[in-house]
Amino acid sequence: MQIYLPIAELPVNVLLILFMGLAVGVISGMFGIGGGFLMTPLLIFIGITPAVAVASVASHVAASSFSGAISYWRRRALDPVLAAMLIAAGLVGTTAGVMLFTLLRKLGQLDLTIAVSYLLLLGIVGSMMVTESVRAIVRARGGRPAEIRRPGSHLWIHGLPLKMRFKVSKIYVSVIPIWIIGFVIGFIGAVMGIGGGFMLVPALIYLIRVPTGVVIGTSMVLTLVTMAYATVIHAATNHLVDALLALMLMIGGVIGAQFGARAGARFSGEQLRLLLGILVLSVGLRFAYDLVVPPTEQFTIRATEEQQQR
Amino acid sequence: MSTQRIAFALAAVLAGAAPASAERLVTTVSTSRVLIASNFTGADVVLFGSVERDAQTVARRGGYDIVVTVSGPRETIVTFRKQRIAGIWVNADSRTFVRVPSYLTVLANRTINDIADINTLRRTQTGLARTLLPQEIAGDIADSIREDPFRLAFLRLKLEQKLYTEQQNGVTFLTPALFRAAIPIPDNAPTGSYEVDVKLFADGVLLARTQTALEVVKVGFEQFVASAARDHGLLYGIATALLALLTGWFASVVFRKD
Repeated sequence: MQIYLPIAELPVNVLLILFMGLAVGVISGMFGIGGGFLMTPLLIFIGITPAVAVASVASHVAASSFSGAISYWRRRALDPVLAAMLIAAGLVGTTAGVMLFTLLRKLGQLDLTIAVSYLLLLGIVGSMMVTESVRAIVRARGGRPAEIRRPGSHLWIHGLPLKMRFKVSKIYVSVIPIWIIGFVIGFIGAVMGIGGGFMLVPALIYLIRVPTGVVIGTSMVLTLVTMAYATVIHAATNHLVDALLALMLMIGGVIGAQFGARAGARFSGEQLRLLLGILVLSVGLRFAYDLVVPPTEQFTIRATEEQQQR
Repeated sequence: MSTQRIAFALAAVLAGAAPASAERLVTTVSTSRVLIASNFTGADVVLFGSVERDAQTVARRGGYDIVVTVSGPRETIVTFRKQRIAGIWVNADSRTFVRVPSYLTVLANRTINDIADINTLRRTQTGLARTLLPQEIAGDIADSIREDPFRLAFLRLKLEQKLYTEQQNGVTFLTPALFRAAIPIPDNAPTGSYEVDVKLFADGVLLARTQTALEVVKVGFEQFVASAARDHGLLYGIATALLALLTGWFASVVFRKD
């Protein structure tokens, strides 16, 4: 069953797109992330231009984060004040990200930037997650007590000024690292078409010492706001958001997320982190493969800006 | 395009002034509007034509030859070449092809090289290989040599995308004077107006030429979404974001566990 996408300007198989949304939804529900880092490459793989993929995935991530955020809010498992601080910086980051996206597109280097950023970011984050969780699993198997990082143990981050008390998270910490994290997540999210949950959650746990109980809910609120905002800005500046594509992805995504959440409950935290790490790493390696292996086709053609605004 | 039009008009006038021995071409297309709706997966537009003769027209021993050239809206297209820089393959060199057809189909009733001699074919830009593809080279705009790797790559990629095609058996004569040709409009065809140029050859000489046009347009929902995205980007973005929130909220209500 084919349907013609009005903005991507090509026909796609409806069932394929729904299935992709469903599959990514399962993973996003399982790990409590948006799944943009999987969805954007998948869309590029089926022939949608990277620019349209990045812009359209933003709204898909917003949908799945919103349904997640609602269920965490019902359980009061999120920190609204911390979320507000992250969002303030996240919106600035998203704006800057869309500006860079527009500039790179003009220069004809957007596709390369997306590929290299995926390779670097997913490669590094994925490797870190895999080694960290393998270590944790080995430690647990060996019967040795896990290396407990007490919330009291201090990092240099805790020496920064502008300290603020976050009552729900029960932390007293400088807002500077929170703003930096929010900005970075918003920025790379807009450029790469990812919500950034898979980086945000570890960053909040290890750097800010946000308790694990509220971290996923809080991260989803940030993802929701930055991605909804990115959708609006991408649509207003680059006119590349394909609403029809986004809608199909969203429907598959929110349904899949429900199954994923149930499946995720069967694994331990370390196992989940290992699985997610492997997933992140393999997407990074996929991009590495394309960049390193000599391409069968060295040439690409692309219509310039003035003509795309027919 | 305008110079081409003027030249064509001039040719038409000259043809009219010529002795009444010349043939006239009459053509029509099955539809002048190709509609892109949500179920669009490509279409064929059928062109019918007839060679009109009058009492004085001399007999053509070799029979007639028809070449149909359909060109889509013009685009400026950049061709990038990947090169290995610091271990990774990046777009390094590029060439800009200025206002070239986004879509180009050439249909003929037999091998184009047999229809006329190479100079005539070149002069009349007959056949895919002889279409001008002006490049921007150091501020100048000119077509490069045929063996230019960027030019070859451009043609190859356009052929792969099915946006450029050449069918040397794409025109069928139903009677010695009546012909039909199916113009393929692929699913990735750009929207806009397409020029259909029909040339009549006999014994290697261009006898007549006629032009018609067809339009590829988005309709209905496709058109609504595309124009909303282009003309009201901000509103469209807000609507899409709200759609996302609605979908997310709906899912959380439907699948509520507690």
